[in-house]
Amino acid sequence: MPFVTLPREKTTAGFTAAVLFGSLFAGLCAVGIVFLAYGVNPFYAIYEIFRSSFGSAFGFKETITKAVPLIFIGSGLALAYKAKFWNIGAESQLLWGAIIATWIGLNWGPHLPGFVVIPLMFLGGFIGGGLWGVIPAVFKVKFGINEVISTLMLNYVAAELVKYLVVGPWKGTTKYGYPYTDDLPDHALLNLLHHTRISVPLVIFAVLVALFLCFVVYRTRFGYEVRVIGENPEAGKYAGIDFFKTTVLMMAVSGGVAGIAGVGELLTIHKHLSYPETISAGYGFTAIIVAWLGRLNPGFAILSGLFFAGIIVGGDAIQISMGLPSATVNVFNGLILVFLIMGDFLLSHRVVYKRRAN
Amino acid sequence: MSRIEKLEMKGICKSFVGVKANQNVDLSIKAGDVLGLLGENGAGKTTLMNILYGLYLPDEGQVRINGEEIRLRNPKDSMHAGIGMIHQHFMLVQKHTVLENITLGYEGAPFFFPQKFMRKKIKEYSQRFGLEVDPDKQIWELSAGEQQRVEILKALFRNADLLIMDEPTSVLTPQEAEDLFAILRKMSAQGHSVILISHKLEEIMAICNSVMVMRKGQVTGSAKIEDVTQKDLARMMIGREISGCYDKGAQKMGRKILEVQNLNVNSDQSLPIVNDLSFSLSEYEILGVAGVSGNGQREMVEAITGLRKAEKGKVFLHGEEITNASARKIHDRGITHVPEERIKHGTVSTLQLFENSVLKQHHKRPFSVKNLMNYPRIRQHADKLVESYNVDAASISVPVKNLSGGNIQKLILGREIIANPEVLIAAHPTYGLDVGAAEYIRNQLIACRDRGGAVLLVSEDLEELFQVCDKIAVMFEGRFMGIVDPEDCDIDDIGLMMAGSMPEDQAAAGSGTPEAGKDSEQEGDK
Ligand SMILES: Nc1ncnc2c1ncn2[C@@H]1O[C@H](COP(=O)(O)OP(=O)(O)O)[C@@H](O)[C@H]1O
Ligand SMILES: [Mg+2]
Repeated sequence: MPFVTLPREKTTAGFTAAVLFGSLFAGLCAVGIVFLAYGVNPFYAIYEIFRSSFGSAFGFKETITKAVPLIFIGSGLALAYKAKFWNIGAESQLLWGAIIATWIGLNWGPHLPGFVVIPLMFLGGFIGGGLWGVIPAVFKVKFGINEVISTLMLNYVAAELVKYLVVGPWKGTTKYGYPYTDDLPDHALLNLLHHTRISVPLVIFAVLVALFLCFVVYRTRFGYEVRVIGENPEAGKYAGIDFFKTTVLMMAVSGGVAGIAGVGELLTIHKHLSYPETISAGYGFTAIIVAWLGRLNPGFAILSGLFFAGIIVGGDAIQISMGLPSATVNVFNGLILVFLIMGDFLLSHRVVYKRRAN
Repeated sequence: MSRIEKLEMKGICKSFVGVKANQNVDLSIKAGDVLGLLGENGAGKTTLMNILYGLYLPDEGQVRINGEEIRLRNPKDSMHAGIGMIHQHFMLVQKHTVLENITLGYEGAPFFFPQKFMRKKIKEYSQRFGLEVDPDKQIWELSAGEQQRVEILKALFRNADLLIMDEPTSVLTPQEAEDLFAILRKMSAQGHSVILISHKLEEIMAICNSVMVMRKGQVTGSAKIEDVTQKDLARMMIGREISGCYDKGAQKMGRKILEVQNLNVNSDQSLPIVNDLSFSLSEYEILGVAGVSGNGQREMVEAITGLRKAEKGKVFLHGEEITNASARKIHDRGITHVPEERIKHGTVSTLQLFENSVLKQHHKRPFSVKNLMNYPRIRQHADKLVESYNVDAASISVPVKNLSGGNIQKLILGREIIANPEVLIAAHPTYGLDVGAAEYIRNQLIACRDRGGAVLLVSEDLEELFQVCDKIAVMFEGRFMGIVDPEDCDIDDIGLMMAGSMPEDQAAAGSGTPEAGKDSEQEGDK
């Protein structure tokens, strides 16, 4: 191989941005090839994706709706990934948020006013998602169990639990046998903007959470310790950082905000617990790319969350209008993630062309 | 290929960026010889052997086997020529069995029923050389000594006439080392030759029939074993006039600060590596710890600084016990630490300089207040550090990985010293630095002492220890062989102690302090 890779010493902000947009562009090109293979004009398809998500009032409302959970989860994942804790269990942390909030809403909702029960549901959702996130953290620090596997497996556990609840003990009495729980009382739901599924306070909340996590990562002692153990665990040990405490707290927050996303979905869109695939349209996985595109800065998850929400909405639109298969959006997201990760390699390495010696 | 009757290396030179690892090295070995290759760390022994094993091409020089020049371009060439090498770190597949590991890459096994054939052959070799090992065990189940035997078997299967062993005993228990020597004797009796790299004089005297000593890339002596004494070898290994001391004031008497009693620490492999170590350290004192690395220095430092568990024994700071306290607590009490692997442990290379400037103080005022980092203050602190300790960096916002090794070290040292610690523990602080940076760091250590600090300086550089220390302890196999005063001691004695031998006039050498005297007497009894 005449090409060798060497560690890169310096990166400037400009170079980082260039690589980021370069990989996005390369990802779009790869997506274009897929469109071509389907006999669809790629330029038109990509144009359509963005036109239907950002270019129309109706589409943009949908984009915002879908951006909210992505921003919550994406910013939480960015925090976990800063510590090099590869949490891919946000999907189940989201479900736990929804489970706890459903329980609170159904049991306490009828007896409490909205301004009490709604915060209670968010708090409960945060705790539920957080505890579910803490499990793999404890596994990792205490027993050295790989978090990729444990978080992934816990996704199935939570999904099966939700299925059991909605067909079993929590099955609604007013639902004509459908696998749903009863609807939460109206006053326990969030008020939506007219003709949309957007709750303005929830959007603001998502943005504030992302900004707050950004502050946590870059301005607090906890954030500093998270970054140190993520970048160099040996140095973390030398610096006297308590791995257990830091990792557990970090995952409690990361899982907790995913739980909040679940509560948000419940209180704006679904109004009751139902099948796990219905509660979350794979947000826990899409948010992995959101965190990555935001360069693991929780603040940037606001922008990248909006971008990927647009892709979901636009992807849905062209599926229908151009008759593309339903996996189109997944292909789109997957390809972009692949190119982002390749771009990341370029940020930390130089590729040099080298003539063979002798 | 005929057997190796005589192998010669002539005028071997090899340079790496900035270092002449081998300069004009000659070596010669005959069938049945066991040649000891002696030298401090960094003397170039491994490099020379890697050349013989075809891992490095020499810049100059040639290798001859039975009088004929041969080119060794890669390990395959060397194996064909009958040269086998066993590295310091074993190269075995942990999850495979002994038999599978030996078969891997062995070309002589038949296509059908290789297992049966191999098993028979392993048994045959085992008996011939006393290489006891169970062919069906997986590597991870084996002790270091057994793994080494597998490596030897691998080499023998590839028809190694000449076996190179790089510091084979550093990973072995004394009993395992004895077993190894028995194997090597059998091999030499059957006409194999062995090159044994070691730091331990007694080993060399016990098993080798000739010896070659290297220092700073050059051969400083080679002889038949009958013709040399341990003292001669020690002198060849370190043998230099120690140049003048650093400018440092006379030692003031101070209170005892740090006291270590009967410390026992285990290595990463859970083997005892620090054994019943006791010493004390006072204000206005620099205590040097000399010794070849791997004799428990790192584990001792880690145990004192809270990074590793002390199995037995106690550590006191100002009379208060701090044994096995957390690293943070020990640091907060005033023991700072310049770690051995400065880039791996001492800094986070992707974080910016100013973020690294508070790595161990980040949790304390004024750098963080109520869980919030006070970055303006931290930046001020970093500015001050960079200025007072001459750290050459483009700005305090560059990632630490952009700094040179010397500047990283200055940053770490400055960070650890600037708070005026009561005890500074510095492990190999000048290792790999250029002369200027090293001198600067040594002066800073002295300045720390003159301010009343107690400094524990672990180093392999004897010259450095002689220049800056008030006392020097020599560590060997987890204990201090003795504590000497650099002003009046025989450098050969230090060499002997480093290599595990006691000089005869031990009592005279260990007259530094009452503790020191007691210590060396204890050791002397053994
Ligand atoms: N691959 C390498 N690249 C650069 N320098 C090296 C390399 N290998 C060894 N050196 C340097 O060469 C010198 C001799 O090293 P080595 O042969 O490993 O010594 P020894 O085995 O005697 O301890 C040291 O200064 C070491 O830093
Ligand atoms: Mg070596």
